[in-house]
Amino acid sequence: MTTLVRRTRNLLGSEIAGSVVAFVLVVVIFGLASPQFLSRATFGSVAFQLPELGLLTLAMLLPILTGGLNLAITFTANIAGLTVAWTLQANGGVDAGPGSFLLGVALALAAGAASGVVMGLVIAYTKAHPILVSLSMMIFLRGLGEFLTRGGDVSGFPAFLRPFGHGSVVGIPLPLLIFILCVALWHVLLSRTRLGFNTYMIGSNIEAARYSGVNTRRVIVLVYTLSGAMCAVAGIIMLARFNSVRVGHGESYLLITVLACFLGGVNPFGGFGRVIPVFAALVVLQLFSSGLNLLGANQHLATAVWGILLVGVMMLRWLAGHFRTVLRRKE
Amino acid sequence: MRRLFRTHATEICLLAVIVLIAAFLAFATPRFFTLGNAFDLLNISSVNIIFAVGLLVVLIAGGIDISFAVAASVVQYVTALILGQVGGGGWASGLLIAGGIGTLLGAFNAFIIHRFKIISIVVTIATFNIYFGLLMFFTRGVSIYTLPDWWTERIILYEREMADGSWAEIRLPVLVMAICVAATWFLIRHTTTGRQLYAFGDNPEGARRFGISIGAMQFIAFGWLGLMAGIGGLIQAHYAQEVVPNALYGRELDVLAAAVLGGARLGGGKGSVLGCVLGVLLISITQNGLNLMGVSPFAFKMIIGAIILVAITLSNSRIDKLLPILKTERRRR
Repeated sequence: MTTLVRRTRNLLGSEIAGSVVAFVLVVVIFGLASPQFLSRATFGSVAFQLPELGLLTLAMLLPILTGGLNLAITFTANIAGLTVAWTLQANGGVDAGPGSFLLGVALALAAGAASGVVMGLVIAYTKAHPILVSLSMMIFLRGLGEFLTRGGDVSGFPAFLRPFGHGSVVGIPLPLLIFILCVALWHVLLSRTRLGFNTYMIGSNIEAARYSGVNTRRVIVLVYTLSGAMCAVAGIIMLARFNSVRVGHGESYLLITVLACFLGGVNPFGGFGRVIPVFAALVVLQLFSSGLNLLGANQHLATAVWGILLVGVMMLRWLAGHFRTVLRRKE
Repeated sequence: MRRLFRTHATEICLLAVIVLIAAFLAFATPRFFTLGNAFDLLNISSVNIIFAVGLLVVLIAGGIDISFAVAASVVQYVTALILGQVGGGGWASGLLIAGGIGTLLGAFNAFIIHRFKIISIVVTIATFNIYFGLLMFFTRGVSIYTLPDWWTERIILYEREMADGSWAEIRLPVLVMAICVAATWFLIRHTTTGRQLYAFGDNPEGARRFGISIGAMQFIAFGWLGLMAGIGGLIQAHYAQEVVPNALYGRELDVLAAAVLGGARLGGGKGSVLGCVLGVLLISITQNGLNLMGVSPFAFKMIIGAIILVAITLSNSRIDKLLPILKTERRRR
């Protein structure tokens, strides 16, 4: 029994405490404020909306763990979605078969990974700041997408794609299943593989990692490649949900992915943070957003609330750290 | 000559690239190499240059700011409202109000960054959303078109009639830009504070042990950017003759890219005003040239993004690796 408790604690980590408190707070406050909040409909819509944001957050998580940032995630996802769309259109549009969809998925993953490889190579070999590299990649990808689509949207997909955005398997939304699969993949990657271990090493101290024989360049390139590929998964899910692709879809998620990572206890300087707490934080954020929606909050007010929340979370963490050092000094 | 090259490598490279592009455009399009177009370029890039030199100070101090363009929108709107309340005002009161609000917004960033020890990108991403969200919420996205006359009236500093009958003119924004550039140059090059900013950006812990007040540095850097953002916002409204809440949205990334193109480094301690101005000009000239050559505006961003990516790659590789002459020079010494 105690080993079971210890193993769960190891799996979840101490970072999860904040998310659990936040979860309880959100459920209680919104439950009191709006009678419709504690209903199946709310949780159902959360379950369907969570994957888009969640997959992008997973894409953001890996670079943050190495002490970087990937600002290009949403536009990488858009470009990957466009790749699928064009592959389908080239093979008959609405009448395209599953084979061409699989081809599209493969091409989309390749496109996402390619953007990651370029960023990773530039960051690893020139030591340019990840913020800048991903920023220019973002400007480039947005321009590329706008150039190729002329700012319009691409739609008209075969019917068998709908389940990927709206279908359920034994009551669980299919996108959510894919998302949970990706969470598990990331969890295993970070906690069980050498690449994951090296990711944390690089985030804590890249020089020390290099001196202890880690091929830091290779790890960084791989991290950004995986991040790009995960964006592609998000792009495909978004395509299936909206039944169209437009450059700029999901642009507003960029801040929220960063927020989710920090809310989930990831260190902004890299090196510390785990997947499961981030997942918990995502659930809280999505509930929060649905709650705001139910209360009839204006979309722009919600934007402001996200910002306040981000500052608030970082302040609370500072206060918590401050208290801990004060207590330790007293002992 | 070689010493000049080594100390100002980025600026000289940028200048060379600008000359190359300009020479190419002069042959490719008839319209590019005219006084009218050159003055237009200056008028259009003025606001971006004002923003960029402000951002440069923050970059030198080792920070980064995403929120300044949105802060400038807030300044525009609030200034327009206050001036409407007091019934007019003039340039002096306008600059005072805009600069004051801008500085306050910058100081707010600095306060959170310094007091709670949060990295500046996280803070400014957050304040970006707070400023923009609240601005759009309270204004409901409504623009202001009725500004005081002095604010919207075109002030022409220098004009000349061209052969084809059109007028080439330098307008007020250019003068304000020149003053902002000169002031920033003076601040970072000729004051103790400027030297402390460089030292702080290069090595914060070293600077702290040396007795430089870290809090003061943060407030000066972000306050200066806030001031520039305020002035830039005022001038942007003057140029556009209207206040649109989301007109400046997204401008911050272009300016940031331009400043970095000009040799400022994320991580601090490096960067010059000249490089910064050249960085903005390079992007404006490229954009202007693409426009004149009839390239689809949809392709602009893609090309600019690619240019910046290449520039970052090149500027971070050691310059003597790319230019072997300098390498032998170093070995001989």
